[in-house]
Amino acid sequence: MNQAGFPLLSLLTFLPLVGCLVILTVRGDEATVASNARWAALWTSLIVFVLSLVLWFEFDRGQAGFQFTERLSWLPTYGIDYRMGIDGISVLFVLITTALTPIAILSSWTAKVRVREYMLAFLFMETTMIGLFCSLDFVMFFIFFEAVLIPMFLIIGVWGGEKRLYAAIKFFLYMFTGSMVMLLGILALWFHAGTTSIPVLLQTPLSRDMQFWLFLAFLAAFAVKIPIWPVHTWLIDAHREAPIAGSVLLAGVLANMGGYGFLRFSVPMLPNAAEYFAPLMFALGVIAIIYTSVVALVQRDMLKLVAYSSVGHMAIAVVGIFTFTVQGIEGSLFRMLSHGFITAALFLCVGVLMDRTRSQSMDGFGGVVHRMPFFALLFMIFAMGTVGLPGTAGFIGEILVIVGALKVNFWVAFLTAITLIISAVYTLVWYRRIIFGALVRPDLKALVDLNGREMAMLIPLVALTLWMGLYPSSFSVFFDATVGAMAQQHVAAIAGTTHLAAALPMAGVIR
Amino acid sequence: MIFAIAVFAPLFGSLISGLFGRWLGDRGAMGVSLLFMVIAAAAGIFTGGQILTGLVPASTVSIGDWLHVGSFQANWELRYDSLAAVMVVMVTVVSTLIHLYSVGYMHGDRSVPRFFAYLSLFTFAMLMLVTANDLLQLFFGWEGVGLVSYLLIGFWYDKPSANAAAIKAFIMNRVGDLGFALGIALVFFLFGSIQLDTIFADAPLHNAATYRLFGTNMHAYDVIGVLLFIGAMGKSAQIGLHTWLADAMEGPTPVSALIHAATMVTAGVFLMARMSPLLEYAPFALTVVTIIGGTTALFAATIGCAQTDIKRVIAYSTCSQLGYMFVAIGVGAYQASMFHLICHACFKALLFLTAGSVIHAMSGEQDMRKMGGLARRIPYTYVMMWIGSLAIAGIPVLSGFYSKDAILDAAYFGRGGGYGFICGELATFLTAFYSWRLIFLTFHGPSHVAPEVEHHVHESPLVMTGPLAVLALGAIFAGMTLRYSFIGGGQGLFWAGSISDIHHPNLLTQIEHTPLFIELLPSLLGLLGILTAFVMYIAMPGLPARMAQMFGPIYRLFLNKWYFDELYDAVFVRPYHAVARVLWHVGDEGIIDGIPRGGAALVRGSSGGVVRLQTGSLAGYAFVMLIGLVVLITVFLIFR
Repeated sequence: MNQAGFPLLSLLTFLPLVGCLVILTVRGDEATVASNARWAALWTSLIVFVLSLVLWFEFDRGQAGFQFTERLSWLPTYGIDYRMGIDGISVLFVLITTALTPIAILSSWTAKVRVREYMLAFLFMETTMIGLFCSLDFVMFFIFFEAVLIPMFLIIGVWGGEKRLYAAIKFFLYMFTGSMVMLLGILALWFHAGTTSIPVLLQTPLSRDMQFWLFLAFLAAFAVKIPIWPVHTWLIDAHREAPIAGSVLLAGVLANMGGYGFLRFSVPMLPNAAEYFAPLMFALGVIAIIYTSVVALVQRDMLKLVAYSSVGHMAIAVVGIFTFTVQGIEGSLFRMLSHGFITAALFLCVGVLMDRTRSQSMDGFGGVVHRMPFFALLFMIFAMGTVGLPGTAGFIGEILVIVGALKVNFWVAFLTAITLIISAVYTLVWYRRIIFGALVRPDLKALVDLNGREMAMLIPLVALTLWMGLYPSSFSVFFDATVGAMAQQHVAAIAGTTHLAAALPMAGVIR
Repeated sequence: MIFAIAVFAPLFGSLISGLFGRWLGDRGAMGVSLLFMVIAAAAGIFTGGQILTGLVPASTVSIGDWLHVGSFQANWELRYDSLAAVMVVMVTVVSTLIHLYSVGYMHGDRSVPRFFAYLSLFTFAMLMLVTANDLLQLFFGWEGVGLVSYLLIGFWYDKPSANAAAIKAFIMNRVGDLGFALGIALVFFLFGSIQLDTIFADAPLHNAATYRLFGTNMHAYDVIGVLLFIGAMGKSAQIGLHTWLADAMEGPTPVSALIHAATMVTAGVFLMARMSPLLEYAPFALTVVTIIGGTTALFAATIGCAQTDIKRVIAYSTCSQLGYMFVAIGVGAYQASMFHLICHACFKALLFLTAGSVIHAMSGEQDMRKMGGLARRIPYTYVMMWIGSLAIAGIPVLSGFYSKDAILDAAYFGRGGGYGFICGELATFLTAFYSWRLIFLTFHGPSHVAPEVEHHVHESPLVMTGPLAVLALGAIFAGMTLRYSFIGGGQGLFWAGSISDIHHPNLLTQIEHTPLFIELLPSLLGLLGILTAFVMYIAMPGLPARMAQMFGPIYRLFLNKWYFDELYDAVFVRPYHAVARVLWHVGDEGIIDGIPRGGAALVRGSSGGVVRLQTGSLAGYAFVMLIGLVVLITVFLIFR
């Protein structure tokens, strides 16, 4: 058994489903059902969060391998098992999921329509998200990877904005297409190795050709999920139409699934292909960083602005991953985690304004600081997080990726570092339009500062932003060992094959 | 420990007045932040005195871990050596004086606690910068002062011009920071560490290292030096990245004095002095520094001669003086540069605060053309302005005389300093000219003061004039008292190895023996500048207008700041917006979304029936998707 003494990961994964059952049993008039469903969902997610803290305290930080592992025989004839486990890369993704879900539920407190189903969707989604990060079997991973689409599709399509169906279907089609291609890859891997166990696959050497095609197959799924330019437009529509809580999870967790996929599969299983495609990934990454940050400046819709900034931020993580250096990979983990809660927080901030003004366009805004000084302060901290100011979480990932990238190539580092300038451009211009200036619009004069619920959502995120910015070591200890081993293995794998390649002509002569 | 108090006391002051200002009230917030600043200054002077007199050896104060990723390690640590101590003493003392001055200047403002919170927060960030023990903490302070500078320039956030200036300052600084960040990365690439001690100790080892860039193998140290200098150019408003500094005058005047004259803008100079053990091996980078510094010194001075806003004149003067400091860096006279930095902090803070006193007297008017004849109305301010101007003009025995002379002498002797020397000498003339132009326009001649302002003209309260007196003492005596320690015979003991000049060891002894003519030239040019200003603005008041007409193009060039803003607007700002729109509408909406849309249109014919499936029923959708999942798994199992 694992160090928790009980199947902790399974419990974390399926506890939200128990919450779903509780909510389903609620009876009464609509208001009672809504209220009970909200509270049940919040309590469930909070219990899951508290339980997940066991990982924070019990996780063995010095160990590179999988921990808290569980294994049940599932389809033994096909080499498919029920396997759970986490390592340094996944543990913090689990924690950020359990931390963001209660916040997402809090932020949807004011929803009026089909509250019970709304809450069910969130809890079901939590199950799929946690399950995905804990899966140690590729088929399980795939099931969770697909299952997460269902609640998200519904959240966008049912509780979204005016063009919600368009956005939901676009979201689904993009995701589904990517997943289909990945499924082929999984099948191929399974034919080759006879198993879908991730720990086994990590040790299975693959030919260069196979790596090449598998990389492309996985890329299709993960690139869409992150998303990488040019398959990012679904995200813009999804964020614009999704309810705020949906955007929180979309940015905070779903985007990270793509990055996690690269780190779990593409880089360690396909080292040669990853090396081969690294220039392509750099190119896509820096294009995305610059392209989306530039486009973000001219957005009038605040949700779209944050969505574009989100694409740019995740692209930095992509660049970091494919440097294969310790600094680059850890930087990209920091980037993904900090993007998770900072971008989520920015969506929440937009949500706070939308709740009060019923408008997501920044036209006519201005002078909000006169009425909401405390909100302005929190918003400033998140804005600085997204700008990557040292002392906030955003900085750590950015500088590490730049440092890692410079080890590979000056121009990759340079183009990545341009984010320092252009992310400041759109963020500060946006902040000024909303917060500063004179208070002109009459309806803004009635604004009130944050209420208790909103503070409960935002203050933990402020604390996280500053904590990770000022004391990032407390996070990096979790993944130091795993990433260190990963970078070493990559170097060894590349050295092994180049050595092999160098030896090949000789072998030909002898033969 | 006491050293840590000097650094962290302003942070506490800032947090208390910022978070609890609403309950403390204006007076409470002022009192708290001032109290913590006094504590910081006392601690700073005490510990600074210990280290600068050699009572305690240089050391570090460890606060905690920050970032440990592989060998990329940064800790929260305070470096406690002579260079840091000099800056800590200067920053805490000047900041305390400016806090005090602000009590009077900001009296009656709408958000006093916020102002004092920012001012103290700035001081904290600046102290983190100067006490950093690794490049990343230096960058933390560097960006921290940038943030607070942004907040303070935009302090009066109702004003669109203030907001625009704030954003401009932040972004221009970030352009420089791009260089700085890459410099840090390259240092790490080369040294495997960003700890200052490791870098300095290993500097001789990697001297032969090259870095491939632009298709050639460049001397790696030169690349690092230039990258770091790009960062310094942003912060210290050197030519090319200077346009934000004049606009930054939108902020309250005490801010201009503290941030945009005495402390933050000198951070670039400090960075270069701090990195002297590395720069000593980077001759090309030093040459770049000299050229940029010399050019800025002259260029900014020409603009200063044509401005009519009293604060903008002083802002360009700051820009120009920073150029001098970089000239000194470039020729390897880091000590002289630090000497000028400290003297400049005194007289430039004095000039700004005096200008603030004038503006205070004029009920907010900053245009010198609407002043005149103020000497008798506010005599104390008038005297202070004279002291500051005499100091900046390099008139003997005042501080600027010693520090500017040292720089020009070093440029005269130093390798590759000729260009810096010529620019510096010419700028000396212009400096005196625009300083006295300011004095004459403001304090002499017929009054152009608007009648409704006229009867309000009054001398500032004691809380504002007191700090002026202290700074005036500094402006007069700092040069003669500090000279021996900073650049004279005592410099070796004083700096105690915190500045390296291994490749320029004799420069400071050389300048002791400057030919008399070179020695006196700056003062002579200064006097000539004063005389010219006198002729043009007192003796023949019609002359400036006639000259402006005669030399129309040159005058307009200076007046319009060499058209840098217009150039940047045309080359960067407007194209940026245009590209953004094109990428959005053509790139995203047109091409990227167009391809899937086209695909969708192809299948639309056959999908009419699907529309009927869009019933909006939640259960229906969920059911269909579950079926999809089942199908997937089935497919998987069939093809096993």
